[in-house]
Amino acid sequence: MTEPLLHLAGIGLSFAGNTVLQDVSFAVQEGRVASLIGPNGAGKTSLFNCITGFYRPRAGRISFAGQDLRRLKPHRITAAGIARTFQNLRLFREMTVLENVMSGMHCRTRAGAIGAILRLASQRREEEEIRAVAHECLAFVGVADERDRIATTLPYGHQRRVEIARALATRPRLLLLDEPAAGLNGGEKRELIGLIRSIRDQRAITILLIEHDTGLVMRVSERVSVLDHGQMIAEGTPREIQTDPRVIEAYLGSDEDADALL
Amino acid sequence: MASDARVLARLAGPLAGFLSRGIGRWIALALLFAAMAAAPFVLGEYATVILTNALLYVVLALGLNVVVGYAGLLDLGYAAFFAVGAYTVGILTLRAGMNFWLTLPAAVAVAAVAGVVVGGPTLRLRSDYLAIVTLGFGEIVRITARNLPITGMASGLSGIRQPWLFGWHIATPRDFYYVFCVLATAAAIVSARLSDSRLGRAWLYVRYDEDAAEAMGIDRVRVKLAAYVTGAIIGAIGGAFFAVNLGAISPPSFSFSQSVSILMAVILGGMGKIPGVILGAMIVVLGPELLRSLGEFRLLVFAIGLLLIMLFRPSGLWPGRSHAK
Ligand SMILES: Nc1ncnc2c1ncn2[C@@H]1O[C@H](COP(=O)(O)OP(=O)(O)O)[C@@H](O)[C@H]1O
Ligand SMILES: [Mg+2]
Repeated sequence: MTEPLLHLAGIGLSFAGNTVLQDVSFAVQEGRVASLIGPNGAGKTSLFNCITGFYRPRAGRISFAGQDLRRLKPHRITAAGIARTFQNLRLFREMTVLENVMSGMHCRTRAGAIGAILRLASQRREEEEIRAVAHECLAFVGVADERDRIATTLPYGHQRRVEIARALATRPRLLLLDEPAAGLNGGEKRELIGLIRSIRDQRAITILLIEHDTGLVMRVSERVSVLDHGQMIAEGTPREIQTDPRVIEAYLGSDEDADALL
Repeated sequence: MASDARVLARLAGPLAGFLSRGIGRWIALALLFAAMAAAPFVLGEYATVILTNALLYVVLALGLNVVVGYAGLLDLGYAAFFAVGAYTVGILTLRAGMNFWLTLPAAVAVAAVAGVVVGGPTLRLRSDYLAIVTLGFGEIVRITARNLPITGMASGLSGIRQPWLFGWHIATPRDFYYVFCVLATAAAIVSARLSDSRLGRAWLYVRYDEDAAEAMGIDRVRVKLAAYVTGAIIGAIGGAFFAVNLGAISPPSFSFSQSVSILMAVILGGMGKIPGVILGAMIVVLGPELLRSLGEFRLLVFAIGLLLIMLFRPSGLWPGRSHAK
C-alpha cells in the first residue's frame, strides 16, 4: 500500500479534563471517498477540527502528504491543501454568492494593499483569475445562476453547495465535508452523491465526509470509519461496517439512528 | 430632530441610487468638484478654514474607517497616529531643518512601525483587547508628547514652516483648502480601491466569521494588521498636513476626545460606506458650526441629534450595504 494522503496516529483531545478523542489512529488513501460515522457527540467534528488546526490535540501526530500538520495554523493547513465545510452553515453574511466563493482563492493569490491602491497589472490579472475560478467552482456545483445573490438568502440546499464551491476554490487535495447532507431532501441527497463522485473523479480530490445518513454513506464511500465515545471502533468497507457487531451495538446503544444503519 | 433624521434618510435613498448609476454619477462628481473649487471664493475665509478642517476630518475618518468599518476593529486611540504624523513633521522640520516633503515618508514609516508594534501582538488575541490597548496607546502618545523636551512639552511645537510645491508657496487658508481637497479625494479613491480588492474582501470575511475565513486560508492576524497599519498611515498623513497647515501643534489636539470625534464620524455616516463616512465627517465638523446661533446649548443640541440618529439609523445615515462600491 502507498503512503496515505492523510495519516493520524494516537490523537488525544480533551477539554477541561473531559476526554473527547482517545488514541485515534486513522488514514485516508489518496483518491478515496472515505466516511467517518458515529453517534452524535462521538467526536467526529472535533476530529475535523484537529485535522484543520482549529483544535490542538494533546497527543498524537497528524501528517498530510508527508508534512507534519501539528502546530500549523488553520490557514496554513488550508494552504497545504486541506479544505473543509462546516456542520452548521458558515457562509459570509451580507456578501454575494460569488464573493463568498472568491474567499477560497485568497490563499492562492498574493496582491496586497499597494497592488490594490495602484491597480497594478498583476493585481488586475489576479482579480480576474479569482473571479474566473470562483465562477467555475460555482458552475461545477450547479449554482452559477445565483452568483450575484446575497448568499444567506439562498435556499438551504443551495447554501450547502456554495459552501462546497468555496472549499473547492481553495484548490484542495483533500476535502473534508461535515454532514453535507444534513437538512437535504431525498432528491437533493441524490444530487449530492453525484456531486461528491464528480469532485473525486473530475477534480482528483480525495474526500473525507462525516455523515449521519448511513444509506448515503454506504452508497458513496469506499472506506468507512466508525467513531464512538472518542474512540475508533471499526474501519472497513461499507459492507464490513454494516455487519460489524461493535458498530451495531454502538448505534443501538445510542438509540438514535438504530435502524438507519440497516 | 427625529423627523429630520427620517427626512434625511428618505432623501438619501434615491439620492444614493442616482449617484451610483453611470451618467448620474459623473454629473454628480463634476458638480461636486466644481462646488469644491468655487467654495472658497463664494463662502469667504472663515468658512474656508472650517471646510478645510472638515476635509481633514474626511481624511482621518476614511483612515479610521479602514480599521473600524472594513476590518471591524474597535480603535479608541486613532488620534495617536494623527499625532505621530504631526509630531514627526514638526520635529524633523524644526529640529533637523528637513524639507516638509522629505519628512512625509518618515511620518508614514514611523506610523507603520508604531502600527505594527501596537497591533502585532494585540491582534493575535481574540475579542476586544484592541479597544483597550489602543485607548492606552492614544493616552501614552499624548502624555509622552506633553513630557518630552523634543516635542515641546505642554506648549507643543510652533513655527512649523509652510511648504513649497514646485514654486507654489502653500500659505493661505485657500491654498490649504485645496491641498486638503486633494488629500480627501485621494483618501476616498484609496478607500474605494481597497474595498474592491482581495484585501478588502478578506477584511469582510474576517469581520463576518473569523473561523470560516481561517478555513478559507486567510491569516486573520495578518489581514487585521494590514487594516490597522493602513489606517495608521492615512492618519499620519492627515497629521503631517495638519501640522504645516496650523504651523503649531500641541497635545490637546490629539486627545481621547479627538479619537472619539473621528470614530463618531465613521459610525454616524455608516461604517464601511465611503459616502457615509464623508457625510459623517462633515456633520461632526460642520454641525456645531451651523448650530452656532444656539450659543452655549449648541453642543447639547448636537449631541441629542447624534443620539437620535443612532436610535433611528443604527447602521448610519447613508443607506445600503456596508461595502457597497
Ligand atoms: N470546544 C469545545 N469545548 C468543550 N467541549 C467540546 C468542544 N468541542 C467539542 N466538545 C465536546 O466534544 C464532544 C464531541 O463533540 P463533536 O465533535 O461535535 O461530536 P460529533 O461531531 O461527533 O457529533 C461533545 O461532548 C462536545 O461537547
Ligand atoms: Mg458534528
